[in-house]
Amino acid sequence: MGVIVEDRLTASYPPTARLTGGGGPTGLTPNGRRFLSLHENAPPPQSTAIWVGIATIVMMFAALTSAMVVRQGASTDWHHFDLPTILYFNTLILLGSSITLEMFVRAFKRHKSVPMGYGTAPALWLYITLALGLLFVIGQYVAWHQLNSEGLYLASNPSHSFFYVLTGAHVLHVLGGLGGIIYIIGKVHKVTLQSSTLGVATKYWHFMDLLWLYLLGLLWMKL
Amino acid sequence: MHDLRAHATQHHGPPQSFIRKYIFSTDHKVIGKQYYGLGLVAVFVGMGLSWIMRLHLGWTDLRIPGLAWLSPNGAPGGVLTPEYYLQLMTMHATFMVFFVLTVAPFAAFGNFFLPIQVGAEDMPFPHINMMSFWVTFVAFCILVSSFFFSDGPALSGWTAYAPLSAVGAVAGPGQGVGQVLWALSIAVFCVGQLLGSLNFIPTTLDMRAKGLSLSRMPLTVWAWFITSCMGLTAFAVLMPACILLIMDHVVGTSFFIPSNLVVSGQIQPHSGGSTLLWQHLFWFFGHPEVYIAIVPAMGIVSHVLVTFMRRPLLSYKVVIGSMLSLAFLSYMVYGHHMFVSGMNPISSLVFSFPTLIITIPSTILVLIWLGSLYRSRLRITTASLFALGFISMFITGGVSGFFLAQPPIDIMVHATYFVVGHFHFVMAVAAIFGIFSGTYFWFPKMFGRMMSERLGKLHFWLTFVGVYCIFMPFHYLGLAGNVRRYQAFVDDYTMNLIPIHRFATVAALFTGAVQLIFLYNLVHSRFWGEKAPDNPWESTSLEWSTTSPPPYDNFGGRHPIVYHDPYQYGVQSATGSDYIMQDSPEEEQPEAAETNR
Repeated sequence: MGVIVEDRLTASYPPTARLTGGGGPTGLTPNGRRFLSLHENAPPPQSTAIWVGIATIVMMFAALTSAMVVRQGASTDWHHFDLPTILYFNTLILLGSSITLEMFVRAFKRHKSVPMGYGTAPALWLYITLALGLLFVIGQYVAWHQLNSEGLYLASNPSHSFFYVLTGAHVLHVLGGLGGIIYIIGKVHKVTLQSSTLGVATKYWHFMDLLWLYLLGLLWMKL
Repeated sequence: MHDLRAHATQHHGPPQSFIRKYIFSTDHKVIGKQYYGLGLVAVFVGMGLSWIMRLHLGWTDLRIPGLAWLSPNGAPGGVLTPEYYLQLMTMHATFMVFFVLTVAPFAAFGNFFLPIQVGAEDMPFPHINMMSFWVTFVAFCILVSSFFFSDGPALSGWTAYAPLSAVGAVAGPGQGVGQVLWALSIAVFCVGQLLGSLNFIPTTLDMRAKGLSLSRMPLTVWAWFITSCMGLTAFAVLMPACILLIMDHVVGTSFFIPSNLVVSGQIQPHSGGSTLLWQHLFWFFGHPEVYIAIVPAMGIVSHVLVTFMRRPLLSYKVVIGSMLSLAFLSYMVYGHHMFVSGMNPISSLVFSFPTLIITIPSTILVLIWLGSLYRSRLRITTASLFALGFISMFITGGVSGFFLAQPPIDIMVHATYFVVGHFHFVMAVAAIFGIFSGTYFWFPKMFGRMMSERLGKLHFWLTFVGVYCIFMPFHYLGLAGNVRRYQAFVDDYTMNLIPIHRFATVAALFTGAVQLIFLYNLVHSRFWGEKAPDNPWESTSLEWSTTSPPPYDNFGGRHPIVYHDPYQYGVQSATGSDYIMQDSPEEEQPEAAETNR
């Protein structure tokens, strides 16, 4: 019954496709009947994982954003206040740290002396990134302190609550990112840093930047 | 590139110490078994709580021995107070939904079998995987601990609606410390599951063996992959919601508490929060969560049925498409839990429409299963019986969902036993049957021994009858007006229903006792069961190409190469069998495939 298919490269595969479970040509280079999979071309799992992590964090801040929008609309007690000026300065520091991290990445790529990507680039740019990151965290603390001294606490008004929750959640994630930078520094000193690991840290750190820009815009608009 | 992936997995030898082998293990197989054990403990705790609840519902003044010791305030003299009933109800659901239905089909079987079915040696981040289990375990301990504080656990339901859940101890026993511990436990649980997704997704996308394209992945792999994507988005929303709830308790914020709320005669010092906000945040998680509970079971059942039918499903791609549509649509339907919450009635229409649409992929799946079963010569084993039972339960539970999807009907049956019947069928029974099916199917591979088929079949039939006896009457009760989350029935129209409740209680105790057969089978087979061959079910996927149980690196140093799709059954293989393993280099013979239809 039916056509006996000889050439699996052009006919629908498998020939009894309506009976078997599918799994036809995937657009990859066939090699006779043995298809090469993505195996040789698949990205390292670290780079998939960092996007998974970023997606998760985006969802978390999306939930907090929608909570803020709903809460603002729920009643008339929303207190609008000016964001402390130091926040804008902190933003520049954080953006600067992304630039310095990127400088390290370029130096790392230039100094790669072995095929695996173990670089011997000096860790100076990393130290600067770490310092700027810490400066950002301190700057955020100063901003909170400033608001406290003006009488704006976590529970004093819903707008204050969201300010602290959003900036606090961001700072916690930044601290995690700083932990990653320290880990990278350790790897550089042992000359065992792989580009995939560096890629993870870099994507995460740049994401912290973008997230902060988003939060700053949101807070500026809503508070 | 290849080396990077090799580095990603463990390349040192197997651990030697007891602690590294069985306690803090990075081996995905051990982690899977640990999750399974956690689910097993949680299910018996949850069942025990349900027995106490049902006894109280049938016989309100019954003294239950031992309860006075557990909670002298909650059950003085062994008789449940109304608040304690609500506390037990909350904990029953929380244990079951989180620690059984999310843990067992997804985290337990997924952790054990996903890497093996894709031909990998382990997950790419074994230490994060280990952390995911222990974080989940800590969440479990936090939840259990809430029983042992003087006020007891939270009583606001597993849905923890504000303002009841947010105002604190003034709302009732357990609403102070108990509620904070509940929210903390769930927040920690979310972190644990997110760490799990962090492994599942890269494993599926980047760690597949040579030749294993996406369209050659077994349906179980697709199901775990889709579930982990859902978990990513859903748990990431519940976690901040729980943090905000904790802040309302501990810090004095008013995210969820409106102003001028009077509780127990006292005006609450909160202002302008939105109680509906909690419901939106919770159900945005809550609806995908129930699909997180059912989709892995669908994958398992599809996989098991194909093995025992000895032929593939009608359409592999449509099954995947249906699971994907379920996942996608699940984010759009969450408001159907909120039809009577006071939100804009137009929103009810907006949520009702996708809810009715989502019945389409569910129905397609059922029709594919039934259509594939038609005129198949299904081998009857316990695993295939539970798979059939799953279909039965899913149809029964799904049909009541059609009614609940429509606001005019839902207004009448919301918060009645009709809803309780619906979700118990689809979640408590269907998903559990999926877990049982997976257990009986994969036990030989996990432990190297066969379970007793005789006891398994007895377990199946008694459970099948038992759960229908418990939950079928609930639909009638709901339509008769029996409200849920009541600890006693004192109105004349509900008092007449008490005999039905008593029947359900007896059925529940009976069905619970039957699970001891399963437990005995599990434990006895683990140590004294007949030794299992590598492939007792003549199944094609990669886990059956390795030993039972698999060695430390899953394939004994071999890197499997996949040549076939996962459901090459009913074919003429060169060795004379009717199936071809995925990693067998032999070619399929097209003509012989006709013989099975």
